[in-house]
Amino acid sequence: MSAPSPIVERFARQYDAVKAGLPGAELGWLADLRERALAGFVAKGLPTPKTEAWKYTNLNALARLPFVAAVAAENGVTAAKLPRLLSAKADSLRLVVVNGRPRPDLSELGKLPSGVTITSLAAAFKSEPALLEGRLGTFGAMPDMPFAALNAALMADGVVLRIGADVSIDRPIELLYLASSAGEPVSYHPRNLIFAEAGSQATIVEHHAGIGDGAYFANGVTHIALESGATLRHYKLESEGAQAFHIANRQVRLARDTTYESFVLANGGRLARDEITVVLDGPGARCRLDGAFMARGRQLIDNTTVIDHAAPNTTSREIYKGVLDDQARGVFQGRIVVRPDAQKADGQQTSRTLLLSPGAEIDTKPQLEIYADDVKCSHGAAVAEIEEEALFYLRSRGIPEPDARQMLVEAFLDDVVDQVACEPVREAFRDVVAGWIGPKGGA
Amino acid sequence: MRVDIMLEIKNLHASADGKHILKGIDLAIEAGEVHAVMGPNGSGKSTLSYVLSGREGYEVTAGSVAFKGRDLLAMTPEERAGEGVFLAFQYPVEIPGVSGTNFLKTALNAIRNYRGLPELDAMQFVKFVRQKTKALGITDEMLKRAVNVGFSGGEKKRNEILQMAVLEPVLAILDETDSGLDIDALRLVADGVNALRSPERSMLVITHYQRLLSYIVPDRVHILANGRIVRSGGKELALELEAKGYAEFVAAA
Repeated sequence: MSAPSPIVERFARQYDAVKAGLPGAELGWLADLRERALAGFVAKGLPTPKTEAWKYTNLNALARLPFVAAVAAENGVTAAKLPRLLSAKADSLRLVVVNGRPRPDLSELGKLPSGVTITSLAAAFKSEPALLEGRLGTFGAMPDMPFAALNAALMADGVVLRIGADVSIDRPIELLYLASSAGEPVSYHPRNLIFAEAGSQATIVEHHAGIGDGAYFANGVTHIALESGATLRHYKLESEGAQAFHIANRQVRLARDTTYESFVLANGGRLARDEITVVLDGPGARCRLDGAFMARGRQLIDNTTVIDHAAPNTTSREIYKGVLDDQARGVFQGRIVVRPDAQKADGQQTSRTLLLSPGAEIDTKPQLEIYADDVKCSHGAAVAEIEEEALFYLRSRGIPEPDARQMLVEAFLDDVVDQVACEPVREAFRDVVAGWIGPKGGA
Repeated sequence: MRVDIMLEIKNLHASADGKHILKGIDLAIEAGEVHAVMGPNGSGKSTLSYVLSGREGYEVTAGSVAFKGRDLLAMTPEERAGEGVFLAFQYPVEIPGVSGTNFLKTALNAIRNYRGLPELDAMQFVKFVRQKTKALGITDEMLKRAVNVGFSGGEKKRNEILQMAVLEPVLAILDETDSGLDIDALRLVADGVNALRSPERSMLVITHYQRLLSYIVPDRVHILANGRIVRSGGKELALELEAKGYAEFVAAA
């Protein structure tokens, strides 16, 4: 085996330097988990194109940067500088996380609805370690998820959100993850846990953005558990800074009769990878995983999902659409697994990509692994350019060509954004799409 | 040149995919006139409509087309629309994700912009369109849906005529507007077209069958065969064609 690469050594040294001071360092099980995670990360190293799950997403640019740990004090973020995704009428509850650490001083949580609690992970290590033990995962044994293992070693803080049993909240809970980067490239590894207790209903909006133009590495892991009968709508906007590396890993477990709806809208970062694993673990569990991505320049946006039908009568729907311009690259890897006893599982997956330039490229890999015999599963992937026929139709009605192209791109993406059931989020996402496409009418 | 000539096609030759399709068309339409071009399949009817509306993939190899005295072939499709050319498509295109209302409003304001008129705001637009939709039996629900997506053949054609009514062209080209329509839908569409006839507006009605011309009565009828106009006459020519069939005219070409 070859010697660890410089970036792996650097993270290992960082770990040695900070471990005694990490929140929860006094918890034996946690220290042990961190040790094992780091050992796993060091042993496996960074994935190369030979690692099947990372075949299309090259990490050379990430490996070259000498990341240092982000320290909480270094940023000068003020409330006035915060981006705002949802309009005031959405009346959202908002928690702001800067460089991986919750910042109550910047947040707008007001009085939380009864039955809802939001705490920082650092605080939860002190106040309710028993809740966390056994729920954080080392990821050391998962060769496809080296960054989740790195997160396990270096996680310092994050968000712990609980929606109590039978609590139903209409107001979206907004989690603004902000990167403040200027000088040295920083990295941080937030760990989040979301518990939707039995019969609860909630809407969560993650918004990832950068302030400043420096390079940074946001390496987050989120655990989500829905107990029986719970419904969770989970929306994410990844709009990181131009020099950002964003790798997010999400583990979702769905108990019986739950509904989980996810939408990931991505247009930011130099390299962004969103990994979602959903285990449909109880009969009647259903999920939607949808997404839209837009990239230009030399951006790379990767969506890698696993939907694991582990129980009978489970349903999944998945639609991802992307638009790639210039030399941008997109990756969609969608795996659907149906376990032997998951009879009557129903899974449908679609991915569609629009290429706006001859230099743009998409790698799409749908995978069905079916071990049960009474199932309904399908997948489809399509890559296309703008339809000349549609373009001519619009132009023949007087719409100038650049506007007509924009209309068609916007329509292509809005078609999937329409899956967002929460209206203020849908409107905000449509605005993000329109903003990416550009001003109309030669303005 | 006479000033009241709306469209003057001279010796028009055009090809697509290297195939010579139009082989010398001569046609002049005056303001307010309705001309029909009839022809069998493969005679070049659709090619003529696409060349006039500026679709890519058609190469004009000889001849000229003057529209209100200006070189039509030098204009982009959107400029032609701005100048007042409208093509009602034989196969209207589905545009998923674009609502009928958004499409119509964008098109109308693009054309108003081109013509130096102020854009209509949302309220003005709704008021303007509502007058037009009623006569064509187009519901608000249809306008909310994506353009042509899931529409029946009749709905698609009515939608074309609605666009024509909203965009108020001076030259409307109707490409096989009767195809795929039952008699009730045909009547509805023809009534819509007839309501738009005016001394300032010319129409070129392209069709395979005489049936449409019973409803939209033309001033002149031209028979197109093998890329040429082989015979021109008054409205009675369509009836003669109906009685005799195309064979005789095609042979003459």
